[in-house]
Amino acid sequence: MSYNSIVLVKQVPDTRAVTGEVMTAEGTMNRAALPAIFNPEDLNALEMALQVRDQHGGTVTVLSMGPLQAAEVLRESLYRGADRVILLSDRKFAGADTQATSYSLAKAIQKIGAFDMVFCGRQAIDGDTAQVGPQTAEKLGVPQITYAESIVSLADGEVVVQRAFDLGTELVKCKLPCLLTVTGSANQPRPPSARKRIEYKLAAIPTEYPKLLEKHTEFGSAEALDQYLAEHHLKIEQWTTANLDVDESQLGLAGSPTQVYKVNYVVLESTESKDIAPTPEGIRALIEELIKEYIVG
Amino acid sequence: MTNNRNVWVFIEQDEGRINDVSLELLSKAAELAQTLAGQVWAVLCGSEVADLAETAIQHGAARVLLADHPELALYRTLPYTRVIADLIRAHNPYAFLIGATPVGRDLAPRLASAVKCGLTADCTDLQIGDYTSKKESVTYKDLLYQIRPAFGGNVIATIVNPKTRPQMATVREGVMRRREPDAGRKGEVEPVSVSLHPEDLALQVLSREVREPTVHLKDAPVIVAGGAGVDSAEEFQLVRDLANALGGELGASRAAVDAGYISREHQVGQTGTTVRPRLYIAAGISGAIQHRAGMDQSNKIIAINTDPNAPIFQVAHYKIVGDLGEVLPLLIKALREKAK
Ligand SMILES: Cc1cc2nc3c(=O)[nH]c(=O)nc-3n(C[C@H](O)[C@H](O)[C@H](O)COP(=O)(O)OP(=O)(O)OC[C@H]3O[C@@H](n4cnc5c(N)ncnc54)[C@H](O)[C@@H]3O)c2cc1C
Repeated sequence: MSYNSIVLVKQVPDTRAVTGEVMTAEGTMNRAALPAIFNPEDLNALEMALQVRDQHGGTVTVLSMGPLQAAEVLRESLYRGADRVILLSDRKFAGADTQATSYSLAKAIQKIGAFDMVFCGRQAIDGDTAQVGPQTAEKLGVPQITYAESIVSLADGEVVVQRAFDLGTELVKCKLPCLLTVTGSANQPRPPSARKRIEYKLAAIPTEYPKLLEKHTEFGSAEALDQYLAEHHLKIEQWTTANLDVDESQLGLAGSPTQVYKVNYVVLESTESKDIAPTPEGIRALIEELIKEYIVG
Repeated sequence: MTNNRNVWVFIEQDEGRINDVSLELLSKAAELAQTLAGQVWAVLCGSEVADLAETAIQHGAARVLLADHPELALYRTLPYTRVIADLIRAHNPYAFLIGATPVGRDLAPRLASAVKCGLTADCTDLQIGDYTSKKESVTYKDLLYQIRPAFGGNVIATIVNPKTRPQMATVREGVMRRREPDAGRKGEVEPVSVSLHPEDLALQVLSREVREPTVHLKDAPVIVAGGAGVDSAEEFQLVRDLANALGGELGASRAAVDAGYISREHQVGQTGTTVRPRLYIAAGISGAIQHRAGMDQSNKIIAINTDPNAPIFQVAHYKIVGDLGEVLPLLIKALREKAK
């Protein structure tokens, strides 16, 4: 029995690398100053899907919604072993909250067709909401298994999964198809393969053709390049709203029930404070004061 | 549908014990409902949990919607979503608060998707206020401001859901103050019928293991926390010794956890525990925004740091510019002398 998996991945700004330069004087964030990376837990999701395929056969399709630059995480997915990659990119998706995002992703998944499992990272480091997975599962009408730590068994149309939380674990059995959100401790994602890096070096979305043509003059024209990539399965599929059966009022900013009212850079308000000398006398006086004020004792 | 201003709270219970965060949310909901001139309603699901309704009432619920059914004994996404989504559709609450626990973070997005409402994750504050949409030139009155750290904790965002109801939010554990229960409070308990569909039972729980927390940071009156300024695991013993001398709990920055000085359960901050002790001592902690987010509401803060410009000093009530290797032993000694 083989299984068809879909993995949802996101390119995110590396919020772990926020420095003074990234914050503007007005307290807003200069996202462009942050490196764009493969959302860490999405790599764990991809790895779990690849392991299912390696053990049982089947396919791994990777889907990402985002700007055109997100083609990069799809190339990385190919280097790691994905069979098919799709970029969902359209201006109309811009400004989507998790509700609108999950709507668009669910529509794209329905277009991909029958699947056994959808894998997502537990959460993305730019929002930390952990909402898109469950919201997509609801729109697909399939059960969800969040905090998935490992697949214990997979047989007879059912998957047994170990879930892991800070304070415990749970073993669940679920009918397929279903959606899993995968924790960062689930596995060690495989590195990109050197062979696949060469194999998929040219993999690109049409918007990237001009850049490719500059480097590879041998193709001569965009048409010739397109034909070559298509023949060699190197064309990264790019879908827009035109490819999907969507209700446009549910997309992007307009389809997002939540709105950002304001964003504040955290300003330190100095507390009224006392300087205490790091000497035996200073410390003794401090302890006496704390005892007198019933803070200790 | 009624045009009510009621604030609902999901009562998370496990084997007959209500999670603290649900009681914290009842207290907060009572405050919000007062501003809104609405009521607090509690949603309680489980099997043979009727006696918990009284606790919810004592903590501020005017009405408890009680869904009692064997299939609801252990939390599972689909049966809980079925029951609660039906209740939301029937009553159309104004706001709905859910604890940002593993259960809450599994349930809330599924529910929001089912009833098509906006949802904000991991809020650290909730307020009521107006919002003017510039695009529409419309002012929405008395919305729920859902306030949360964003972008790795580097900014604080205020999110609103102008049009959809309920305004749904998950709220971090430990950030809302829990009020004392009032045994004299009266409220109504309304049993609700539970009708599940076969597909709601697609998932089965085979086994569960829940560990009791060994670290009790949240309720500790005194916390002594160490950071990367501590040189080694051996030197971290000084932090432990001071905690012992004060009868306090041990805390840590993420850097100290990453260095292997202490387990992750002790981490204070945005991705650790939010604490509000009577006394917080930060030794060798710089005071990164993600750390302060978990401790800056402490009643009194003592900071020990060699760098006089460390940001931690800006939230400290007592500043000790010095080497923790010298200061901690002095503190321990002074305490021992006093104890004699
Ligand atoms: C998404 C995200 C979430 C995060 N969540 C958390 C969180 O929940 N909790 C958390 O703590 N961090 C969190 N962090 C990490 C946070 O940004 C900081 O990196 C971390 O708090 C730093 O820990 P520290 O203060 O111990 O170390 P440092 O920043 O390295 O500070 C060490 C301090 O020790 C002082 N020092 C050195 N030697 C001595 C000495 N001998 N005596 C006294 N002082 C000395 C130094 O002057 C310095 O101020 C998070 C980061 C991100 C991106």
